[in-house]
Amino acid sequence: MDFELSEEQRMLKDSVDRLMADEYDFDQRKKHLKGPHGFSDGVWSQFAELGLLALPFSEADGGFGGGPIETMLVMESLGHGLSLEPYFASVVLCGGLLRHAGSPEQRAHWAPQIASGEKKFAFAHAERHSRYDIGHVETKAVAQDGGYVLNGEKSLVLNGDAADMLIVSARVSGGARDRDGIGLFIVDARAPGVTRRGYALQDDRRAAEITLHNVKVDAQHVLGAPGKAFDAIERTMGEAIVAACAEAVGCMDEMHKQTVEYLKTRKQFGVTIGSFQALQHRAVEMFVALEQARSITMYATMLAASDDAEERRRAISAAKAQVGRSIRFVGQQAIQLHGGVGMTHELKVGHYFKRATVIDMFGGDADYHLAKIADAGGLAS
Amino acid sequence: MDLNFTPDEIAFRDEVRAFLKDHLPADIREKMIEGHHPSKDDMVRWTRILNKKGWAVSHWPKEWGGTGWSPVKQYIFQEETMAAPAPQLLPFGVSMVGPVIYTFGNEAQKKRYLPAIANLDEWWCQGFSEPGAGSDLASLKTTAKREGDHYIVNGQKTWTTLAQYADWIFMLVRTDPAAKKQEGISFLLIDMKTPGITVRPIVTIDGGHEVNEVFFDDVRVPAENLVGQENKGWDYAKFLLGNERVGIARIGMTKERIRRVKQLAASERDGERRLIDDPRFREKLAWIEVELKALEMTQMRVLAAESKRERGKPDPASSILKIKGSELQQAIRELALDVAGPYAAPYREEVEHGWNEPPAGPDWASTIAPAYFNYRKVSIYGGSNEIQKNIIAKAVLGL
Repeated sequence: MDFELSEEQRMLKDSVDRLMADEYDFDQRKKHLKGPHGFSDGVWSQFAELGLLALPFSEADGGFGGGPIETMLVMESLGHGLSLEPYFASVVLCGGLLRHAGSPEQRAHWAPQIASGEKKFAFAHAERHSRYDIGHVETKAVAQDGGYVLNGEKSLVLNGDAADMLIVSARVSGGARDRDGIGLFIVDARAPGVTRRGYALQDDRRAAEITLHNVKVDAQHVLGAPGKAFDAIERTMGEAIVAACAEAVGCMDEMHKQTVEYLKTRKQFGVTIGSFQALQHRAVEMFVALEQARSITMYATMLAASDDAEERRRAISAAKAQVGRSIRFVGQQAIQLHGGVGMTHELKVGHYFKRATVIDMFGGDADYHLAKIADAGGLAS
Repeated sequence: MDLNFTPDEIAFRDEVRAFLKDHLPADIREKMIEGHHPSKDDMVRWTRILNKKGWAVSHWPKEWGGTGWSPVKQYIFQEETMAAPAPQLLPFGVSMVGPVIYTFGNEAQKKRYLPAIANLDEWWCQGFSEPGAGSDLASLKTTAKREGDHYIVNGQKTWTTLAQYADWIFMLVRTDPAAKKQEGISFLLIDMKTPGITVRPIVTIDGGHEVNEVFFDDVRVPAENLVGQENKGWDYAKFLLGNERVGIARIGMTKERIRRVKQLAASERDGERRLIDDPRFREKLAWIEVELKALEMTQMRVLAAESKRERGKPDPASSILKIKGSELQQAIRELALDVAGPYAAPYREEVEHGWNEPPAGPDWASTIAPAYFNYRKVSIYGGSNEIQKNIIAKAVLGL
């Protein structure tokens, strides 16, 4: 049992922390937001130079062979910085799909392009009535001329408007929620028949609604065996949920820090408001919720790559449930303890609250994951 | 980062499990599963079994019977015994006065008291709280006046757990009424058979008799029973209260209760449906399991840090163990109440080895409501959760 980071892991964390400190103070962030895609191409290039975009790929595919722990460290730092760059969409989600479903040739072709930052990816998966069911796919893939033709509508595609490439899930057989019959297809975002409508999310990141109308996909751009993609999607979504939990821990850590700092400086009735016991106890309760979230995120991170599917699923659901509940409590109380100023767009704390809330709604909220654990007969202990 | 225990630690866990399987008396185990309190005889029997094995005072220095186990092994041992479930060792000797004596006592005191604690030949109780000194412990009023080679003790202690069985009591007494409140306190050991001591039971809301009031009326205590220096008792008390971190969250015990609740919910039917098949019930249970898993990881982080840091400053995360651990101990007993449902209501008087009347409803339901009532104590004793929050606000958050 060991919670220490290796020397390399510590260096990785320091380098991302430093980048965020240098490039992401609140005014710089506002500037990044005004970029053509709502983030900074300059910071994205620095991600590539630091090797962050190559992190999860194997050395054979031109990556650094990082695992869930390395991803956790990066995501937590990005959460601290409130980064706008599409690391999660391109590297965690699509990089994951490529790792879990891609052939050696496909990995050799695409991984270096993600790793260099040259191509940004987005995972076009969710649909209007998916809610949190990752097996829900109505978009159709019909075999034609040795390839496939895609038709359907994808929703809430993170980084969908800035992406160069899309990985699209589509059904080759079966009904809307069948685990069997789902395929993954690599599609150029500017291919004929792809229509994108981009928009901002509550936390300033961007997403898109995407329509696919008779979009042609060559055989070499079919990722994995068509019809058998569910397992790769599940592995990838599981890893992404844990990564999102780590980002949320970074956000909550900041919210808690900023709140405690505010309690120490804001004066009313001639004293700092941190001298009031009601507020002290609330701050402690936030601390407990934060540390519980941090602990379970570490737990799920260490099990995210486990080969025991049951154990992995339970750990991931446990993490998302705890982190979801912690997000709500820490976020709400961070605003409450800041009082009126916490409501303002001009203060950073509200932006953390919004990012954390968007994370809460990604991949299943606490109720969803508690129900999953309950249906599985509870956590084995 | 690595979540796994080392092979050595796993071998140790298996050794502890095997020992518990072979040596925890079946009748005691049965009683614990069914939620009864272990009797004095159960406690003595179990402590002596452990002591014979050399495990009764595992965290003590080796020369007084300790094992030299790492913090992780201490934790594994505690968790496994709680999960068995075996009775917890009487903390007043093993975890409280024992460490004070081997740290601050003289050689004669160590020889006189420590072996008897390890074998539970002598039963200790704790004389700290008073009617006017609860959370504000340092305002205690019980006095000890020096007269020749004796102290004369007058006053009252309260919430004295299991004093009805006690041979000895360790006390905080005021020896210098003129000093500032923390500075005039001394640490005394008193034989419960000394004339002038009266023990009066306090019956708690669960109907049980765990705690007592203890009255001291001109009780003559030999001066050699003072531990350490006169008027330094507050330092020893702080040491004592800060000493017991490993196991305070009682994760193993809550795990064992979760197993019990699952088992009962699988046996209890609502019409044709088993309670365990009710989604709302299962989700409530799942949330307790999730929080407990998070707390277990928090505990692991604290232990890993302690192992690395030797006896340095405790990890800030350690301060949440008491708060969250007590909340979860209460939550699982509250859920057990929901399992019993209407059969939580009938009251049955518990006698030493069971009940004196046949049950209304299932036999197991009788202990459910008393346990729920009784476990409200865990967020009150040992520094209430509100006091814990004051401590964290100050020591960790700097407020």
